[in-house]
Order: sequence, then structure tokens, then C-alpha cells
Amino acid sequence: MIPIDVRNLNKTYKGNFQALKNINLHIKTGEIFALLGPNGAGKTTLINTICGIVRPTNGTITVDGHDIITDFRAARSLIGLVPQELATDAFETVWHTVNFSRGLFGLAPNRAYVEKIIRQLSLWDKKNNKIMTLSGGMKRRVMIAKALSHEPKILFLDEPSAGVDVSLRKDMWENVRTLRDSGVTIILTTHYLEEAEEMADRISVINKGEIILTDNKDDLMKKLGHKTLTIDLDQPLNTVPPFLSAWKLDLDACAKQLHYHYSTAGGDTKVPQLLAGLSKAGIAYKDIHTNQSSLEEIFIELIK
Amino acid sequence: MNTYAIAAIYYFEMSRWLRTIGQSIAAPVISTSLYFVVFGSAIGSRMTQVDGIAYGSFIVPGLIMLAVVTESVSNASFGFYFPRFTGTIYELLSAPVDYAETLIGYVGAAATKSVLLGFLILLTANFFVPVHIQHPLLMLLFLVLTSVTFSLFGFIIGIWADGFEKLQIIPTLILTPLTFLGGSFYSIKMLPAFWQKVSMANPIVYLISGFRYSFYEAGDVNLSVSLLMICFFLIAAFCAARWMLKSGYKLKN
Ligand SMILES: Nc1ncnc2c1ncn2[C@@H]1O[C@H](COP(=O)(O)OP(=O)(O)O)[C@@H](O)[C@H]1O
Ligand SMILES: [Mg+2]
Repeated sequence: MIPIDVRNLNKTYKGNFQALKNINLHIKTGEIFALLGPNGAGKTTLINTICGIVRPTNGTITVDGHDIITDFRAARSLIGLVPQELATDAFETVWHTVNFSRGLFGLAPNRAYVEKIIRQLSLWDKKNNKIMTLSGGMKRRVMIAKALSHEPKILFLDEPSAGVDVSLRKDMWENVRTLRDSGVTIILTTHYLEEAEEMADRISVINKGEIILTDNKDDLMKKLGHKTLTIDLDQPLNTVPPFLSAWKLDLDACAKQLHYHYSTAGGDTKVPQLLAGLSKAGIAYKDIHTNQSSLEEIFIELIK
Repeated sequence: MNTYAIAAIYYFEMSRWLRTIGQSIAAPVISTSLYFVVFGSAIGSRMTQVDGIAYGSFIVPGLIMLAVVTESVSNASFGFYFPRFTGTIYELLSAPVDYAETLIGYVGAAATKSVLLGFLILLTANFFVPVHIQHPLLMLLFLVLTSVTFSLFGFIIGIWADGFEKLQIIPTLILTPLTFLGGSFYSIKMLPAFWQKVSMANPIVYLISGFRYSFYEAGDVNLSVSLLMICFFLIAAFCAARWMLKSGYKLKN
């Protein structure tokens, strides 16, 4: 059974704005799938349409074979959703709000299971606190607990690292992997290439409502993994020495930085040879750093 | 039927109310007492009887209806609008819950609170004037039908409104005038012939009249007409709410 199967999906919002254009998407069981795209690309619209929050204009979506409109109960029961925006019932306690979600999704109360989820998300000592007394990061974890309360087989995470600081981000990525290992299929959205690279098995790149391509992470990174190595020199250079011509280096305007553009495709970056060459020639440098191409640059690359 | 979802929504809405139970009890008790001081004592001393009933006792059914109608609308509309405002509605919209379960949960809870409120006012009124109920079952029927109908109506406003001002507009501009002009404090028969005719276009007149009949066997309109009218409003409100939920009107872009 295909966990999520989207065929020829279009969404036109009121005012005639087409947010999704002929989307086709087939998610595989047990994978972590990333929807990668800049703000306004249509990621949230796509997720919300699959989850029943936004009405599709046309096209079909099935969840484990169940149509999301005609068989919405079966389809929705399988899905847990953590939306992009923090939205919680400020006056409810953590315990009540997670149990509420379980009931809403039609499952009999199960204290032990709910306790397990709350403990996993490190919220157990806050279980009797009103949600309004929690920090932003805790609120996001409450929303994850709510989404997991009904034992979903498919979990949607819309921009899971928005507003989560870097140290907690690593924890969350760990949590997501643990969930995947327990058999949950995960679909997340992000506008950070690094996050998609870190987490996903497969990636769809979406821009202006269109899926530009879908590929395995490794293959995609080969196509898109353009990097720039910047070398901060000790002394200004007049010209790039001829023996470095193979690297096609750029010298910046004040002659104190060398830029090397390369691709991670194929594995051989020629970076070590470059650095060895510099040392041999006695060109001293203070620092080196690399930059990954931005999403915008990638889109320009892809649309070419 | 997703009964766990109905229970979850119902319990959620009732606990929202229980958190402020003191206020929920004090407010109607105080306002009812004030009505009796102002209308019962001050005016009642000059206007001794209406339809052969002591004025203080005469206004009891109207007072209950006034509170039940207002409270049903404001409670149900707020209860559904607030999650839309904070964004927590996403969960209901993505849950395996259909329109009927949503309505039973939200409207059921709002109507429960209104029925309890009705009894609270009845109890308070008892301290001020003698209240006698000729047809208790009929009284209960009217109370429940009115609570459900106006909770449904409030629910519709909760879907339709896209700001807190809009939540207030219909209750203040339409509902409050209609309830005050619906014979809460007087009998329609006391009006000039022309205004009696105009009053017949006011749906609240039928509610109050039927409700008052269940107390004192005295009403402005025939009992079966009253019952028919309230059932008609109930069905109309139900159909509108059902259509809104099924079509995703204002909820699903
Ligand atoms: N309710 C709405 N009505 C009209 N336009 C909308 C609505 N929601 C989103 N949009 C528009 O659809 C586009 C895609 O939005 P969204 O799906 O939120 O993108 P993303 O999640 O990728 O940032 C944006 O241009 C946005 O302005
Ligand atoms: Mg988004």
C-alpha cells in the first residue's frame, strides 16, 4: 500500500491564486521524505490538503489506499499532523490536551500510551502545567505529542525546526529518526537544504506550486551540491599562480581571498590537492571556509 | 460514529465552563435578582396582573428565555470561534470527525450549559415570587428545544464570524432587540393592534409564549403554533450548520 499517493493535484485559493500546480507525489512506507522549497512555495498548502484542512480544487489523494474525501475517516485516522504555526489551548494542561487529541481521533483512552509519549518528549514533569506556562520549544513538543497520541502510521511535520534553537534541533532530528525506526512514515517540510540533507531519504523540490524534481537524497545532493571554498590569505596576491589554473580560482577585489567553486558530486572535490599546492608554493593562509549554494541558486540551476 | 470524539469535544467544552463556574453561576443569579428588583418590585407594584397572573410571576418564563437565548448564542459562537482565532481548529479539521459528531459535541455542550442556566434562574426567581409550573415536561421540552436551537444558531455565527466584532454584531443588533420585544416583560395583547401584527413576525414571541403556557397555561399564541415554529427554527439552523460544515464554508479556504 502506498502511504500517500497524490495525483494531478491542483489548488486554487479564493481570488484565483493557484498555490499548487498538478502535483504528483508517491511516498514510500517507512521513509523520511522532505518537501524542500522557499517560503510561499506551497509546502503548507500541500500538507494541509492531504490532511483535510484545505480543500483540493481537483485531483485525487489517497492515504494507504483510502481516498481523503470519500473515505476520510480511514484516511485521517492514519495521519498525525504537527502544523507550522504554534497553536495550543493555552488554558489546558499538557495531560488533558494530549488525551483530548487521542479521543478526537476515535481511540479509547490509554493512559499508559499517552504517558509513554509525554515521557519520550521530555514533558512528563510538565504534565499538569497549563500550556501557556510552557516555553516555545515545549509547546512544539506538546503539538508533537498530540499528533502522536493516536498512534499514527504517517506523521507530517511542517517546518519542524522553525523557532527551535540549534541544540534542540539535533534532539528533534533524533526523535524523528527514532520514530521512523519504529515504522512511522515521515513527511517534513523545510526551507533549509541542510535540514533536508541531514534528515531525508528522499527529497522533493517545490517552487511556486510546482514540484521541480523528486529524487533520492544522495542523487539530489550530487546534482545540487555546489560549494564554494573561500581561502583567507595572509598576504595579498597579485595574480593566481599558473600552476593552480586547474582549479579555476577567483581572486577577490582586494586580492586577499581565493574562491574555489566545486561540486561534491563524484566524491573527488580536489580540495586536499589545492591546499597541498598552496602550501608547496608557500602561499600562507589564515582561515578557510565553505559555503553551500543557497536554495535560490539551486532553483536557478534546476530551472536551466 | 466516532463517539470518543464527541466525548472529547463535549468534555473539552464543559471543562472550559467549569473553569469559571463561579462566574457562570454568579452572573445569572445577580442579573435575575436585579430584574426582580427593577421590574418585579418597582413596576410590578403599579402593574399588578397580566393575563390574570401576578406580574412578578408573569415575567419568570420570559426572563429564563431571555437568558437562555443570549447565553446559548454567545457560548456556542465563542466556543467555536475561539479555536479558529487561535488556530487550534486545525486539529478538528484534520480529525476523523464528521459534521454530526462536531455538532453533537459543540452544540450539545452549549445547550447543556443553557439548560442548567435556565434551572438556575428558575431557582433564583423562586426566592422572589411564587412560581408554579403547570406542565413540567412541556416546560423542559421548550427549554431544551430553545437551548439547542440557539446554540446551533451561535455555532453558525462562530463559523461565519471572522473577527470578535462580528461575533457580537448579530446578538446585539438583532437578537437582543427581538428578545426584548418578544414579550419577555409584557403580553403581546397589551400592544395596539398594529404592533401586535408586527410582533407576530418576531420568532422569539412564539418561544416565550409557548414557554409561558407551560407555566401558567396562558400565552399569546396557540401552543401547537409555538411548537411548530421552534421545530422549524431548529431544523433550519441544523441544515445551515450542516451545510457549513460539509462544504467547509469559511473553514477550509
Ligand atoms: N488561505 C489562503 N488564501 C490565499 N492564499 C493563500 C492562503 N494560504 C496560502 N496562500 C498562498 O499560497 C502560497 C503558498 O503558501 P504556503 O503553502 O503557506 O507556502 P509555504 O508553506 O511553502 O511557505 C503563498 O503564496 C500564500 O500566500
Ligand atoms: Mg509553510
